[in-house]
Amino acid sequence: MKLTRLCQLRRLLLWALLSLVGAALVGAQENPYMVAYDHNLEEPGNLEVEYFSTFGTQRGGPNFHAFWSEFEYGATAWWTTELYLSGQTTFGESTVFTGYRWENRVRPLKNEHWINPVLYVEFEDINGADKIIKDVVGHDVESDFLTPNGEARREKKREAELKLILSSNYKGWNFTENTIAEKNLTNSPWEFGYTLGASRPLTLKGAAQKCNFCLQHFIAGVEMYGGLGDRYSFGLRETSHYLAPGLAWNLPSGWTFKLEPTFGLNDNSHQFLLRWGVSYEIAGFGQKLGALFTGKSE
Amino acid sequence: MKISLNMGFGALLLSGWCLHCAAQGKPEKTQQASVYGELEKAPAKYRAKANPLANDKDAAAAGKVLFEEHCAECHGENALGSKKAPSLRAKEVQEAPPGTLFWILTNGIVRKGMPVWSKLPEPQRWQLISFIKSLGPVESTENKTAGNP
Repeated sequence: MKLTRLCQLRRLLLWALLSLVGAALVGAQENPYMVAYDHNLEEPGNLEVEYFSTFGTQRGGPNFHAFWSEFEYGATAWWTTELYLSGQTTFGESTVFTGYRWENRVRPLKNEHWINPVLYVEFEDINGADKIIKDVVGHDVESDFLTPNGEARREKKREAELKLILSSNYKGWNFTENTIAEKNLTNSPWEFGYTLGASRPLTLKGAAQKCNFCLQHFIAGVEMYGGLGDRYSFGLRETSHYLAPGLAWNLPSGWTFKLEPTFGLNDNSHQFLLRWGVSYEIAGFGQKLGALFTGKSE
Repeated sequence: MKISLNMGFGALLLSGWCLHCAAQGKPEKTQQASVYGELEKAPAKYRAKANPLANDKDAAAAGKVLFEEHCAECHGENALGSKKAPSLRAKEVQEAPPGTLFWILTNGIVRKGMPVWSKLPEPQRWQLISFIKSLGPVESTENKTAGNP
């Protein structure tokens, strides 16, 4: 019985490896945002595997390196679902797993419009040691990160996060605005935040031959995000804010690299964060998975 | 604690099952002949649009590169279609005004599996159309052997 399970697991791992190696060519077109979302969803059936890293400076305590993996799947052309696993190392302390997030993005309108809404729903099961700063809400401030890992990880956070993503593509530019509402499912008030972003490829026309370094594959952008207080104290008082210019390099082979230095805009913010990420898009993952279990050819 | 963890894990499994179903159902939907009917829905304003890169001699070559990167996975290497998406060599597509194809690329056919491609800048969408138009039509019998509606 155990041996059969082991064989099944081995078969699954082998298949996952083969699908990575033999994945059909699919060029990604990712914007450089690390925090903001635009209205461009994952292509149906494709799985994007991503690794992101944030090095953060900390006043009054040790610096940290937070990291997370994302598995982003295009369930349909109007629905993308994503699983995150996150952890962090606080230098001189320890490395801890900080939990998981499950997010869904749904595009309610059929056609492209001047402004395109996307509804975002996320469930988070994380602990107090989480430092990925994937979004900033409420009164999140730098000093929250001073609690030692051993103590912080004992705090459980089960949160629901809602976002309204409003995004436009215009003459090669993308402009996006995310309004965030987050609620700890225990007895805590709703917290609010915002993200703004703008980006554009370095050139709008495609090159007539395949190339990795053509300007069309580089997208530059900038994002700004921060907290807006909570239900009882809405506003900018005791909130942190960040400004982050970034660059994405989308290779035709499906790989994407992102780099984003981030600067804190007030005394409540970390002074500097350095974020980078790498992702790979596996085309037709859903069909391959289906074929594995049903035995039908793709 | 244990119950909520189990619920979380259950939710993940359920979502996985839903994804699997979605992935299984999609190809059949995209195979429906009605996909070509979507071309008729392009607004007159778009249908009247001419390809601004029609006289650009590199447009089709650049479009070929873009097609291989973004479209061939579903529409097939020769644009003859696959189980996932219809042929782009069909008469309906080849005879459609460039502006109609531009509208389809920009808006997708989201409910039938065709994603929105507005994330590609406009000149790249026109380059794709130049390439698709340069391929010319292929008889419907060949389309059918390629798994098309």
